[in-house]
Amino acid sequence: METIIHIDKLIKRFPAGNGFFTALNNVSLQFGKGEFTGLVGPSGSGKTTLLNIIGSLDAPTEGEVTVLGQSIAHLTHKESAQLRNQSLGFIFQTYNLFPVYTVFENVEFALLLRRMPAVERRKAVLEALEWVGLSDKAHSKPAQLSGGESQRVAIARAMVKKPALVLADEPTANLDSKNSHNILQTMQRLNEELQTTFLFATHDEKVMNYLRRIISLEDGRVVKDERFVHTKI
Amino acid sequence: MLAFKLAFKNIMGAGLRTFLNIAVLSFAFVIIIWHNGVIDGWNQQARKDTTEWEIGQGQVWHPDFDPLDFLSYQDAHAPLSEALQSEVATGSLTPILIAQASAFPQGRMQGVVLRGIDPQQKILKIPAHLLEREDIKTPALIGKRMAQSLKLEEGDPLLLRWRDKNGAFDAVEITIVGVFDANVPTIDGGQIWLPLQRLQDMTGLPGEATLLVADESFTPSELSPWVFRSQGYLLSDLNAIIQSKKGSGAVLYGLMLIIALLAIFDTQVLSIFRRQKEIGTYIALGMTRRQVVGIFTVEGSTYSILAVLLGALYGTPLLFWLAKTGWAMPAASTDMGISIADRIYPVYGAGLVFGTVALMVIAATMVSYLPARKIARLNPTDAIKGKIQ
Repeated sequence: METIIHIDKLIKRFPAGNGFFTALNNVSLQFGKGEFTGLVGPSGSGKTTLLNIIGSLDAPTEGEVTVLGQSIAHLTHKESAQLRNQSLGFIFQTYNLFPVYTVFENVEFALLLRRMPAVERRKAVLEALEWVGLSDKAHSKPAQLSGGESQRVAIARAMVKKPALVLADEPTANLDSKNSHNILQTMQRLNEELQTTFLFATHDEKVMNYLRRIISLEDGRVVKDERFVHTKI
Repeated sequence: MLAFKLAFKNIMGAGLRTFLNIAVLSFAFVIIIWHNGVIDGWNQQARKDTTEWEIGQGQVWHPDFDPLDFLSYQDAHAPLSEALQSEVATGSLTPILIAQASAFPQGRMQGVVLRGIDPQQKILKIPAHLLEREDIKTPALIGKRMAQSLKLEEGDPLLLRWRDKNGAFDAVEITIVGVFDANVPTIDGGQIWLPLQRLQDMTGLPGEATLLVADESFTPSELSPWVFRSQGYLLSDLNAIIQSKKGSGAVLYGLMLIIALLAIFDTQVLSIFRRQKEIGTYIALGMTRRQVVGIFTVEGSTYSILAVLLGALYGTPLLFWLAKTGWAMPAASTDMGISIADRIYPVYGAGLVFGTVALMVIAATMVSYLPARKIARLNPTDAIKGKIQ
């Protein structure tokens, strides 16, 4: 399997009081193309920090993180923005949709940054909305959507540019059980159909049941790395 | 283009807040143009009236003449040189003799300035032809302000006392043959206009003048000892007064602009904190920090552009209406000592309108850029979670 993320002896420290708090301590991992993997662990275990570094929203203190062949520590602001725009999709716990845009415009946003022609853009957006079953909500505003629908819009926004890697931080934390399963099934299907790598940060049992690889973190260290041939669902 | 598109969507999505910002800003925009238009209109009217009624295209002064020193009037007169006489003959100059006197309206005594003018002159707008009265020995013209001050009307007699060239007192009863309405107080308040020849006879100064007023055909040459004063020189005091009025006006509209810009600044600062998740998401989706700053800066500029459009919508008919009907000056304005018409008609030049638009857009862009610059320093991971305080 082609490796798309390579992490070697990653350390991340944050200033805390007069000293530092070590969020990630000597983490080394590799992720292949098409994985459906979860970073699990209690709050403060470092899973979101690891996701942010992989997403080039944060930089390592020590060690090397390479995403799609690019060293995160050495990227300029512009290069990291380009990496996120071209190859990464983000899904957040609180959806982070733009309130003044319609569903269509929210999904379209990522493509606007790519300066894609309007006709292609429209086609891609409608396709993405179809993936998540929200074609009929294209002209709704986020305030008119339920939590599950909002998260599906966020998935469509992350997937519309067909990124190599999607980073999802607690994507089901604000959803009820039914909506959580719905969302996870959507992501699982997209992972299989488009070969997109999904990397989750979660402590939701429901998510874990869908994962093919679970990496457990505790106090910034990898304590377990399990792979499953078949998911539990 | 993307920044404009996104900024436009964002500010349209902000609804009432956007409308309030735009309304305040457009009000400032219209007021600034109107106020400057009034000053410019006043300036134009004052220059025109002063030129037509008092200074013509320039004046030739006796070397001792100082309009601000009444004591200089006694000696500031001389016979006209041959060169000046020939210019007077062609009509390009008209002589004026100035003398001090006392008037006795209703038994009171009041200092006045007598001005002798050729009843046939065509250079100044003063209706000097009214002085051509053979049935009246000493016909006189006064302005509206003078008439109000001395409580005189057309046909009223007025006793005058003056000193002739030898210092001997003499007196005569003059008759008011006309009251003219001019916006130039320096030819009105305290001034009595008499036929030039009659004043020369009264003062014993035949053929003499204090100054000569020029028309556009006059070309100044060697006039010594007489001194030519150009129109620019004669208007310099008026220009200085108007500039000072413009300066005080600038404070007024500066304050208005600051209030309007504060609204934008406040909105943009609030936006940074209220919309930090949105900003973090922009960055996560692949926007550079510069692009994010661009969106917020363009948002501020768009406020000003929309304010200009809104201002144009209601301001254009309003300003045109004001330009047509004018702005009535209060009665007390006639006592200000400078040329003010009863009604000032604002003048809106292209420079004024485009200058104000540019000022608004640049100022709004700057106050939007300052808080937007702060965005560039936000940590995107904190911004996404809305953790920035």
